[in-house]
Amino acid sequence: MMVTILNVVIDGILTGGIYSLIAMGFGLQYGVARVLNISHGEFIMLGAFATWSLYTFFGINPLISLVICGPVLFGIGFLIHRTLFSRLQRISASTGAYEASSLLATFGILFIIQNAALLIWGPFVRGLGVYSYPVSFAGTTFGFNRLITPLFAIVISVAFYLFISRTRLGKAIRAAAQDRVTAGLMGVKINSVLAVCFGLGALMASLAGSLISITYTISPIMGLEYTAIAFIVVVLGGLGSISGSFIGGFLLGLIGSIVSYFDASLALITYYVIFMLLLMVKPTGILGK
Amino acid sequence: MNMAKIISNRPFYLGLIVLVLILLFTLPVYGSNYGIILLTNIILYIILTLSWAIFSGPTGYISLASAAFLGVGMYTMAILGNEFPLVVAVLAGGLISSCLALLTGALTLRLRGMYFIMFTFGLTQLAKYVVLWWEHHINAITGRYVIIIEPPIVYYYILVIFVSTLLAAYYIRRSRLGLALQTIGENEEAAAHMGVNVTLVKVITFGISAFFMGAAGAIMATRWIYIDPSIAFNILYSFLPVLMAIFGGMGQLYGPILGAAIFAYLEELLITRFPYYYMLFFGVVLVVAVLYLPNGFVGLIEKWRRRSGERQES
Repeated sequence: MMVTILNVVIDGILTGGIYSLIAMGFGLQYGVARVLNISHGEFIMLGAFATWSLYTFFGINPLISLVICGPVLFGIGFLIHRTLFSRLQRISASTGAYEASSLLATFGILFIIQNAALLIWGPFVRGLGVYSYPVSFAGTTFGFNRLITPLFAIVISVAFYLFISRTRLGKAIRAAAQDRVTAGLMGVKINSVLAVCFGLGALMASLAGSLISITYTISPIMGLEYTAIAFIVVVLGGLGSISGSFIGGFLLGLIGSIVSYFDASLALITYYVIFMLLLMVKPTGILGK
Repeated sequence: MNMAKIISNRPFYLGLIVLVLILLFTLPVYGSNYGIILLTNIILYIILTLSWAIFSGPTGYISLASAAFLGVGMYTMAILGNEFPLVVAVLAGGLISSCLALLTGALTLRLRGMYFIMFTFGLTQLAKYVVLWWEHHINAITGRYVIIIEPPIVYYYILVIFVSTLLAAYYIRRSRLGLALQTIGENEEAAAHMGVNVTLVKVITFGISAFFMGAAGAIMATRWIYIDPSIAFNILYSFLPVLMAIFGGMGQLYGPILGAAIFAYLEELLITRFPYYYMLFFGVVLVVAVLYLPNGFVGLIEKWRRRSGERQES
């Protein structure tokens, strides 16, 4: 019995950690840059496949790939915001119009990245198969990957949280989230900060992707599934709250693993039922005022 | 008489529409089978886009529930198609979708902007997973076979649904309901203060728009032959109407029609020539359209017409 509970909890923390990473990046992009990024999952997929390629063709350890793929995707995200979204912002009449048109633009990015990936990597389901050897832990055995993935997810999440709450740039980001115009008047270089936010979202997606590739199978069309998870977690934790996304991710992961223990096919249904009930009853999320 | 004057003439438009309709209705007499099937697909896209725009165009509420309504229609056909006459199954598809929309509408009254988008997205996904679970656990099947109908009959059904959608869109635009919707889009609080029953107007329009999607889904299921939850509730069918409507432009009634027609034809053209690149190309077109055609094709055409009108006066 204890072993079963431990298994369920470890599984919950494993998926929860990944959910948190995904949602924090997604939440930052929407909360600050006002881009509801439907293509968020595609950046996760890119991170996963970059890790897979680096390992398969160059033998680079997936945990080292974390620090290679992350910055590259940060750069890509930064450039996309600088070229595409900042222009959209200039030509949009209002915040509402910008939200709608940036949403549409991310549909375009989704199609571009997903199909480019299909052309490069083919439609196959891949797996990394590293770190899957068994280790004993608390009287039972686990795949090693199921232990290090949540560990890394927690470390990255905490680092990200500290970055936002403690550093100067983090302060600028929080200021931009609260009131863009005033932040600009106070000397925050608003366009750069927004681009950094979008880039950070892509960075978090890439890190999540790398971790996913260690534990799960990956495919070029996996993106949307994770974008949907980001939607759910962000609503659960409250739109625009970083700590809410962090807690919400783990909460959803635990709920998922408990439900999966009884009937795995009910997990997604449970997610969406929670999601829609929350939207109806408390759209500000569990931590919202 | 010059071109600009002729094409801004009302009888000219009416004549043009009648001519196009006559051509469309007589197509099976002289058209090839391929032509009929191609047009059926194009008209499906037009119906989806136009009925999406009935609700979302004036109000600005972006709904991602289209795939849910389409899928409900498809499953209605798969279940009822064998036992009932075709017309009953198609109408039932529309009505059940409509009921789902009324229910959704009633539940989501308070949600606006991003929250409404997210809720309708969740609805489509939830519908997919619930049907998947139900079929697996209760009926122990993955998918269903649908009765096969001759292409010309499917074509006539889809054409009739299209004409009804067009008429509904046209009359709603010109009715009090249309005015109320427009007001909600401009400023919902003000609309409520002016005495518009905001809730009722939104829910009813959402229900009407879902009817056409459901009916179209029901008849199109017979073209798919086999459906399962990931085919019927494919989230792409939620995204496409939004894209096509924006692509065409929502300022005028013909915008969504134009957008859907061009999109569907491009898809057919690209999918046969570059099966691996066509979605990539779509993505690029979409980003370019968002950047350089903020009001869609309609914006472009209106600009051109205004310019030629100005030249006339000077």
